[in-house]
Amino acid sequence: MLYDAIVIGVSAGGINAMKKMFSMLPKHFAIPIIIVSHISARSDNQWIRFLNEKSNLALKEADEKEIIEPGKVYFPPANYHLLIEKDRTFSFTIDEKINFARPSIDVLFESAADAYKNKLIGIVLTGSNSDGTSGLKRIKDLGGLTIVQDPEDAEYDFMPESAISIGPDHILPLEKITDLLIKMNKQNISKP
Amino acid sequence: MNNRKPIDTHQLHLQINPAEILDILYQKYGYDFRQYSEAHIKRRLYNRMLMSGIKDVSQMKGRIMNDELFAADLMHELSITVTEMFRDPKFYKSLRENVIPILKTYPFIKIWHAGCSTGEEAYSMAILLKEEGLYDRSTIYATDFNQQALNHAKEGIYPNELIKEYTTNYQLAGGKESFSTYYSSNYGHVIMHQSLKNNIVWANHNLVTDSVFAEVHLILCRNVMIYFDKNLQNKVQNLFHESLVKGGILCLGTKESLRFTDLYDQYLELDKTQRIYKKKY
Ligand SMILES: C[S@@+](CC[C@H](N)C(=O)[O-])C[C@H]1O[C@@H](n2cnc3c(N)ncnc32)[C@H](O)[C@@H]1O
Repeated sequence: MLYDAIVIGVSAGGINAMKKMFSMLPKHFAIPIIIVSHISARSDNQWIRFLNEKSNLALKEADEKEIIEPGKVYFPPANYHLLIEKDRTFSFTIDEKINFARPSIDVLFESAADAYKNKLIGIVLTGSNSDGTSGLKRIKDLGGLTIVQDPEDAEYDFMPESAISIGPDHILPLEKITDLLIKMNKQNISKP
Repeated sequence: MNNRKPIDTHQLHLQINPAEILDILYQKYGYDFRQYSEAHIKRRLYNRMLMSGIKDVSQMKGRIMNDELFAADLMHELSITVTEMFRDPKFYKSLRENVIPILKTYPFIKIWHAGCSTGEEAYSMAILLKEEGLYDRSTIYATDFNQQALNHAKEGIYPNELIKEYTTNYQLAGGKESFSTYYSSNYGHVIMHQSLKNNIVWANHNLVTDSVFAEVHLILCRNVMIYFDKNLQNKVQNLFHESLVKGGILCLGTKESLRFTDLYDQYLELDKTQRIYKKKY
């Protein structure tokens, strides 16, 4: 296996971006995806249900201590930070907000980098703050693959612009990112 | 700290082995975080080192060994005291509807808030009991292992800025009065009324190392065990099971569950979404 997990951070403009991405990812897509979206700070995560209808994959809210499994897409519960432990289970915290955000993208990314090292893909998409940048740096430092949405293509360019400062491996429009993920998934299957 | 070389954060992070540092904290001071979620602990240790300008792990260890105040602050920081009044209003609504009627059947009522932090949760309970006419026959044991937080709780003084949010929570939770009847304002702060404090007993109790101290009718342990690993969760669940009377009530945080513990079949679910459980007879 080349990659064991994908982590994605998305903020303003996230619903449209996720809708697009999940309508393109095929049913057999096996690499687990864990997403922090800043809308999770407010709502009761009702939007997950809405997204689920547009998606070929099963989207769910992560449970405490749940084991991360292939073929699933996880979101943190509203108002909790989501972390990944070394044994690849989820844990939550209600620590202070970080840069006004709980869940915070950095918290997820930094713990995921530790748990998955070079078996991780980290992606920063549209948004209007700089959450995710230092987390993406950690992923890069620990050998993971880093991808940022092309700011030209993003509904809000601030968050991708900020993340580009770490020198990611790829800067691509959303469609190309999704194509790349599908390619990675195929390679994963051929190199078990 | 006349070392001008910037800290190599990448190297620093790679070096941190939480178990090693937690051992020192335990051996030297008895603070036991060894079975807490590692990802969480590592993050806090790393942040503390950056903020204190500590440049490598050996310096961190030395600091913990030789500086008692630093160790106490670290302990405070690892224990995460974030809390609110009437946090999760729907939970308190459910308490009113599903648990109060059960409590009403007892001639006297004992309640245990385990991990009460700075007291907001215990005061919320006191208010609720007052409005339901149960306060005078209730004793609330509010415990935590963080003495700084407990001292704050005892005082019952909170910054004004928070009151707006607490008031909204109170109303959403089905509050019957005006929230302002429960405190007095004073120079940017509010002080909770003495009448709420009379039946609250504040005590230092460590869920990891201390044992049962009373038989109680209701236990609230919310957002404390999310920081524990599975074994420790099981251990503490056993402690709660022993402490509850038959038919007693256990309340967990809205994202915590009994489902993955050994004691799942010892309880009935009173309210599944709000994580309210009733010990079987
Ligand atoms: C996040 S606060 C939760 C406060 C409140 N129950 C709530 O839900 O709003 C967690 C509290 O648990 C306490 N705690 C953590 N480990 C503990 C232990 N081993 N024994 C007693 N209290 C503990 C911490 O000191 C902190 O005050």
